[in-house]
Amino acid sequence: MSSPAAPLAVGLGPGAPAVSAAAIQHAVGFPPGDLGASLSAGHHAPGFDPGLLALLPILLAAALYLGAARAERLRATRDWPAIRTVSWMLGLLIVAACFVGPLADAAHTGFVAHMFVHLVAAMVAPLLLVLAAPVTLALRTLEVGQARRLSRLLRSPVARVVAHPVTASVLNVGSLWLLFATPFGHALLEAPALHPLLTAHFVAAGFLFAAAFVGPDPAPHRPGFGWRLVILLPALGLHSVLAKLVAADPPAGVTASDALAGAQLMYYGGGLAELALLILFFAGWFRASDPARRRTPAGVSVSL
Amino acid sequence: MSARSDVRQASPARPLQSRSFWGAFLVGAAIMAAVDEIVFHQILAWHHFFDRSTPAIGLLSDGLLHAASLIALVAGFFLLADARRRDALARPMVVAGLFVGLGLFQLFDGMIDHKVLRVHQIRYGVKLLPYDLAWIGAGVVLLVVGIVLTVRAARLVPARG
Repeated sequence: MSSPAAPLAVGLGPGAPAVSAAAIQHAVGFPPGDLGASLSAGHHAPGFDPGLLALLPILLAAALYLGAARAERLRATRDWPAIRTVSWMLGLLIVAACFVGPLADAAHTGFVAHMFVHLVAAMVAPLLLVLAAPVTLALRTLEVGQARRLSRLLRSPVARVVAHPVTASVLNVGSLWLLFATPFGHALLEAPALHPLLTAHFVAAGFLFAAAFVGPDPAPHRPGFGWRLVILLPALGLHSVLAKLVAADPPAGVTASDALAGAQLMYYGGGLAELALLILFFAGWFRASDPARRRTPAGVSVSL
Repeated sequence: MSARSDVRQASPARPLQSRSFWGAFLVGAAIMAAVDEIVFHQILAWHHFFDRSTPAIGLLSDGLLHAASLIALVAGFFLLADARRRDALARPMVVAGLFVGLGLFQLFDGMIDHKVLRVHQIRYGVKLLPYDLAWIGAGVVLLVVGIVLTVRAARLVPARG
């Protein structure tokens, strides 16, 4: 097929692994059906949905946050904005809907729903989770020793590299490219058993990405606004390029019209999520560059 | 607009150093990109999401331009808000910047995107020349208006606009 995908995909490395369907089947234990084939068509033992496993950590995250926020509010001199709690719960609710329920089911059978899950799992939910300032809450409510350990962990060289905007962008946008623009990724897409893992990966990568650029949590090693903007341009741009490539060169088993609809959802829906990210980003710049502002240490600001 | 807010500088304003100008410039470029997207891609459906003959470099530049126009929209509004906060929002500069932004984007879209990079054409199944001339002509007119307004704004607005 003479599509523009070929020359651009080369950018990912000429050795992008081409994994055969047989290899995937061997690794996963399931024959790779096309994306149009339903999970419920019987790849699993009846009654067990692997997405259910994701509910455990989600419920744990909700309980821990609620407990910590309550502890903060109960202290006389402290408070925790309710809007942050709402943001956290809403974010988790969206993540949960990507693993179980009608949306998750639809994502197994249709490419457009699949793309919608990607959109909300990787772009919308992470933004809400980051705005909830979970790290700030943890640092405030943990015992001093534990808080210090967490803080040391967050400042460790590894964490600094992983949370750097460049790394976070590569992890986030790069894995999307791997998934939608390489044979290896197409093979992954065709293995429904892997979908919950992929969704978990995109939530995590999306969170890392959002936290690298915006959010109220302390980020002492974040590059300045100018550098972050320079990194943001190709990160957002390559997301749009990929959307058009999906339309031009649909993944295996996806019809051209489904691919076009999914690609447009990725392009325009993604654009809306990017707009929200940009508003938060520039609002941060606006606050930081206030000529009347007294200098405050990073992470003290309480506003969303 | 406010005239005597600054007494240290009496020299004429430099549009290219004005937050009002650049803020409006970015908003103008982003508005033209949005018009292109909303009117010509969505409502009229003249433009195509992609076209089979789009070369890779065209797709790449198109994606970057899409990201850049989103950034410009938000950055422009916050720059204007910053100018206002500093009591330095100068209306002639805003109008001039807006027209330069509108014109430059239209010109770039008409010449680089459509003709050099061939991302997509204005309309399909028609003779393109009149459309291209109208497209590029509109860009030129907007840009010239913008430049004239910029020169006037430099004279009108006291420094620090």
